[in-house]
Amino acid sequence: MSNGKRALRLGIAGPVGTGKSSSIANICTALADEFRIGVITNDIYTDEDARFLKAAGVLPEERIRAVETGACPHTAIRDDVSMNLLAVEGLEEDFDPLDIVLVESGGDNLTATFSPALVDAQLFVLDVAGGGDVARKGGPGIGRADLLVINKIDLGEHVDVDVEQMLADAREAREGHPVLGVSRKIPETVEALADWVREVHARFVKGDHTPVDPGPMAPHFHADEDAEGGYMHTHGEGEAAHSH
Amino acid sequence: MRSRSALLVLADGRLPTGGYAHSAGLEQAIRQGWVTEIGGLRDFLRGRLHTTGLMNAAFAVAAWNAVDEFMLAEAAPARSSNAESTSESTSGTASTTSTAEALLTLNAELIARTPSPALRRIGAWLGTLMLRSMRSIHPHPLLETLPKDLQQPLVYGAVGRVLGLSDADTAATILHEAVTGPATAAVKLMHIDPFQAHGAIIDLAADLDEAAERATDFGRGDPAEIPALSAPLSDFAAELHEGDNVRLFAS
Ligand SMILES: Nc1nc2c(ncn2[C@@H]2O[C@H](COP(=O)(O)OP(=O)(O)OP(=O)(O)O)[C@@H](O)[C@H]2O)c(=O)[nH]1
Ligand SMILES: [Mg+2]
Ligand SMILES: [Zn+2]
Ligand SMILES: [Zn+2]
Repeated sequence: MSNGKRALRLGIAGPVGTGKSSSIANICTALADEFRIGVITNDIYTDEDARFLKAAGVLPEERIRAVETGACPHTAIRDDVSMNLLAVEGLEEDFDPLDIVLVESGGDNLTATFSPALVDAQLFVLDVAGGGDVARKGGPGIGRADLLVINKIDLGEHVDVDVEQMLADAREAREGHPVLGVSRKIPETVEALADWVREVHARFVKGDHTPVDPGPMAPHFHADEDAEGGYMHTHGEGEAAHSH
Repeated sequence: MRSRSALLVLADGRLPTGGYAHSAGLEQAIRQGWVTEIGGLRDFLRGRLHTTGLMNAAFAVAAWNAVDEFMLAEAAPARSSNAESTSESTSGTASTTSTAEALLTLNAELIARTPSPALRRIGAWLGTLMLRSMRSIHPHPLLETLPKDLQQPLVYGAVGRVLGLSDADTAATILHEAVTGPATAAVKLMHIDPFQAHGAIIDLAADLDEAAERATDFGRGDPAEIPALSAPLSDFAAELHEGDNVRLFAS
């Protein structure tokens, strides 16, 4: 776009209701004065997400656009990114120059991740209400998204989840890739999320950022049928195929 | 030049051009109670192929032929002399301009046959998507010179030409899409056996082939003479669908 550079494209994926829209609202609230931001939402039945964000008043309404994904949110971020790509490019063109475009995937399962053809970096959102062991279940999003957000940490005590343990499990599953516990009610966690976005944007602008595709199956955990505790593994050479 | 393989690629519903988010009016037809079971789906598909499908295919053929001049100028062997290079680039520009004008005329003709503003918007969006995708999938100078917001059938015509399809095969692709799109959407929208939905497509094979030939004849003639075959209920369905804010498919 301006100076031949386009905006940083940041994808937000994760299961239904974990807080993808809220993460976008958090990011926009923290960074709206620093960056020119646009948002694309992918809705399943309605334009609920776009309306939620418009109502939140975190951005001028016209910078939030909804894309309909024909009941197939994972296709729209992976197999056929054309609709989202065109929507992102349209936003960049209409509000040139933008610094960051956030793309919210329609809530899907643990295997849905963004294609690098659509976004430069992606964050995957889980929440403590989904249960403390979700982070250990692995999958490409949990294992290899650029950032894993464990959201709603304020709810830990209400849903019997040990937040510190969940964060530790997530860090272990990700082999050192970043994990952030976030609650919109705890300002310093929102600030840490904003810092991560600042950092990725700075790398992107310098040309130091390489998009990573989390797509290939990440190391993950299988409960062991013989009750010996299960095992972590990757799928690859020499391993018998199995389905999940 | 004809390419059977390219034809199969263009007709494949998995080609990433955004079509999977649309049901060609079927979702709304089901909501209105116009289609309730497999017999209704068969009628819906047959109706679609003989109306919008046939008309769109004819316009794709017309577009395929309208880009002739540009494609011939492209194919002409590059002349080496400097003196001539200026006049060549001028003639290149001329063929670009006249091709764009011809396509815009076709676009106006197709829009004139599409009463529903919603369908016009969807046609332009799907055309833009197809063009955006094909520019990445198979870059070609013609795709860089198409006017903005062309209706999808016209983009199909240009793409078919660029991929080395005949105009008749391009028409067949559009007709195939006209029935497979809603038939695959049907499986998500109604209680229906997916095998039956595909059986309904196979049952229409002879109709589809025949419609492709008729579309080719229409499209090769004067575009002003292409019949206005839009289906009134489809136009209503598209308008109603836009007003529904809980929906699976965008159209
Ligand atoms: N307690 C608490 N609730 C939160 C927090 N963040 C989000 N929520 C609530 O969680 C619910 C879901 O949040 P959304 O942001 O809509 O989740 P989403 O992932 O975008 O949901 P879908 O788009 O429907 O998949 C809403 O009711 C939010 O108010 C948080 O930090 N703490
Ligand atoms: Mg949401
Ligand atoms: Zn799907
Ligand atoms: Zn496995």
